[in-house]
Amino acid sequence: MTRSASRLPDILKQNDADILRDWVKEQLATLRPEAMSESSLREQTQRFFGLLRDAVQSGELGDITGPAWTGVREMLTDLSQSRATFGYTPSETAMFVLSLKQPLFTRLRQDVGRDAEALADEVWTATLLLDKLALFTTEVYQKGREALISRQQHEMLELSTPVVQLWDNVLALPLIGTLDSARTQVVMENLLHKIVDTGAAIAIIDITGVPTVDTLVAQHLLKTVAAARLMGADCIISGIRPQIAQTIVHLGVELASVVTKATLADAFAIALQKTGATIGKPAGR
Amino acid sequence: MTEHETRPIRSSEDVVIVRQLVRAWAIRLGFSLVDQTKIVTAASELARNTVDYGGGGIVRLEALSDGRRIGLRLTFEDKGPGIEDLALALKDGYTSGGGLGLGLGGAKRLSNDFELVSKPGEGTRVSITRWR
Repeated sequence: MTRSASRLPDILKQNDADILRDWVKEQLATLRPEAMSESSLREQTQRFFGLLRDAVQSGELGDITGPAWTGVREMLTDLSQSRATFGYTPSETAMFVLSLKQPLFTRLRQDVGRDAEALADEVWTATLLLDKLALFTTEVYQKGREALISRQQHEMLELSTPVVQLWDNVLALPLIGTLDSARTQVVMENLLHKIVDTGAAIAIIDITGVPTVDTLVAQHLLKTVAAARLMGADCIISGIRPQIAQTIVHLGVELASVVTKATLADAFAIALQKTGATIGKPAGR
Repeated sequence: MTEHETRPIRSSEDVVIVRQLVRAWAIRLGFSLVDQTKIVTAASELARNTVDYGGGGIVRLEALSDGRRIGLRLTFEDKGPGIEDLALALKDGYTSGGGLGLGLGGAKRLSNDFELVSKPGEGTRVSITRWR
C-alpha cells in the first residue's frame, strides 16, 4: 500500500548533505576499520546516494527492477562483487544499504512527525525499498561466490586428469573422485589425444580412487574403452575392489568385453605381456 | 543421532552430496563396506533419476530398527512427469533417456526392500531399504 505522494523523494533531495553525513558515520561504526578507508567509503556512499536520490524521483518506490533503477542496480552489483572478492561477509555487504535506515528514518520523523499514520506509511515505504536493495546486494554477493566456486571446480577438472606413460606403448589413467559427465569428457579427450601422440597400444584406466561406480560411471568407462579401441588401443580397467565388483554385478552392467584387473600392478603385468616386454630380476639374486 | 533427514536434489552436484550423506549414514549405522557401497550406489542411481527425469525433488533418509536388525531407508520423491509403465521402466536395458537403462532395476537389486509409486503427471516416489 504505497501512497502515491510519498515524501521520500523530497526528503532525500532537501536533506542530502545531512543524510549522507549520518549514513557515512553509521557505516564507519559497523564496518571493520581495516576494511576500507574513510575517504573511499565516503566517495562510494556519495556516488550511490546520488543514484538513489535520482531513482527515487521517478516515483517508482515499490519496484526496483524497472529502468529508473538501472544505475542503482549496476552500482550495487559492482559493490557486492568487489566486496565478495575482498572477503567481506554477506552481512557487511548488506549493511551498506541497511545502515541508511536510521538516518533516513530520523529525517522522516522530523518531516512528518506530527501525523502518526503518515509517518508509519512513509517508514513502511522506505523500509520495503531499502530491504529490497539489501536483498539485491546479497543475491549478487551470492552469485559472485558461486562464480568463484564454479571457476575453482573447473580448475580442479584440469588438474585431476593426468594421463601418464608407464612404459613403451603403455599409458595409464589414474581416476580419482567423482566421475560426473563434464569431467569424464575431459578424461576421454586427454586419453584419446595421448593415444594419438604416443601411438600407445594399451591404456590402463585405474579406478582405485573412484568411490562409487554406478551405471553412469560404467557407461562413461565403456564409452571411453570403445573410443580408444576405435583408435587402435586396448584398455584394461584396474582397481576393481570386491565391493565394487559385487555392486557392478547387481547393477547388471556388462563389462565382459573389457579386460579388468583388481590392481594396477596386475594390469601392468598384462600390458607388458601383450606388448612383448618383460621386466625381470637380474640373474643370480 | 538424528533419526531422519531430508535433502533437496536439484543438480548433479546434489547427487554427489546425496552419495556422501548416504555413505556417512551407512557408516554411522555400522554397515559393512559391501553394504555401504551397495546403498550408496543405489542412492546415486535414484538421485540421478530424480534430477534427470523428475526435474529435481527430495530425498529422505531414515534409520530403522525392527528389534533385531538396523536398516537405512531412502525415499526419493519428485513432482515430475511420472512413469507411464512401471514394469517397462524396471526392465533392464530400457531407458527413455540416454543411459544404460539399468539404474532403476539395479537400485532394486542392490536393496532389500523396494517400493516404486508413480502417477503420470503427478510425480514419482521410490523407497529403498537396506538392512544391516
